[in-house]
Amino acid sequence: MDSSRRRVLQLLGLSSLALAARPVLNAFAKEAGPAEAPEPVTKPNAKALTAKQWAMVIDTRQFESVDDVEPLVEACDSIHNVPHLNNKNHEIKWIWETHYHNAFPGKAARFVSEEVEHRPFIVLCNHCENPPCVRACPTKATWKRESDGIVLMDFHRCIGCRFCMAACPFGARSFNYRNPRPFIREVNKKFPTRMKGVVEKCNFCVERLAVGQLPACVEVSEGKLAFGDLYDPNSEVRELIRTHYTIRRKQTLGTEPSVYYIV
Amino acid sequence: MKDKKFIISGVIIFLIIAAFPFWYNRGKAAPAPELELTPTAKAAKECVRSTEYMKAEHMKLLDVWRHSVVRHGDRIYVSPSGKEYNMSLSNTCLDCHSNKAEFCDRCHNYSSVRPYCWDCHIDNPKENT
Repeated sequence: MDSSRRRVLQLLGLSSLALAARPVLNAFAKEAGPAEAPEPVTKPNAKALTAKQWAMVIDTRQFESVDDVEPLVEACDSIHNVPHLNNKNHEIKWIWETHYHNAFPGKAARFVSEEVEHRPFIVLCNHCENPPCVRACPTKATWKRESDGIVLMDFHRCIGCRFCMAACPFGARSFNYRNPRPFIREVNKKFPTRMKGVVEKCNFCVERLAVGQLPACVEVSEGKLAFGDLYDPNSEVRELIRTHYTIRRKQTLGTEPSVYYIV
Repeated sequence: MKDKKFIISGVIIFLIIAAFPFWYNRGKAAPAPELELTPTAKAAKECVRSTEYMKAEHMKLLDVWRHSVVRHGDRIYVSPSGKEYNMSLSNTCLDCHSNKAEFCDRCHNYSSVRPYCWDCHIDNPKENT
């Protein structure tokens, strides 16, 4: 190929022309192609309740028998489509009733006040401030929400390994060994069910807080349960904790449960 | 090149066999499914986004919704037209499109897509209520 001065100059001229034409061509390309989708805009509901760390205070003195507990459990189960399986090994529990010595192992003395011993104790996920289940999860399907401290679950991401169940010292998590759908008494069509192979637990009624409602169990408890922000010194829960002697489950493990019991 | 005729006939036979699915099924392609809109969906005229966008990108939009609601707790979606929607598959999408069988399933079956939404999400909130 001959590389005369004239040829080189010609090439240089042509390349600079091509560079100058690029933005014009780009503009044409944009016009012809599909309109670019704008970034999706999402925001929280204006009515949503917020806190730094949601907490619950359970006044166990006001619970005399299982009849006092039943409506709370029923409210939760019906809202969240919690199935009722007869096989104890397959049971799904969000909130349930247990004995003092099961709720507070290590705290029960040999001889305990009879009244306390026979009281039904309500237990649920403690939404710990230092949740061991979250550290155990290999897929980040469960996490502690920064905004309000609720330990949440993403059922889409849960692979059913059950490490979280092994890690939770409170037995607050249940595994769906079977398809739960046939065992739901009455399906609440506003809330999804779960499927076989995922873990589930109490979500502190996150879907109700998001629209400005208190958790279902708190609402039907008629004041036996209090709910509020643990880090707001003027909240109802802080007031109750300040004025009453409260205990928490397995406090020595250092998970910092957010559910307090007045005994 | 004395095997020329064997090679050429071999190649022709191979091409015929390789092209068999194409000429055998010619003209037998299943027609694209007709989607049925419920009266509510028809009355609303536009979905949360334009029809073209929804046809092509609804799965991506649903992913955005899922991520926003489940992981961030933001439950309101603001559409480009400024309208606000509660991001919920069962309570918003299927409120209008309450005919899952004629709306979702038809297309999904045609394109052989099997979304697992309905393993958990309730497919028709208006059914039997």
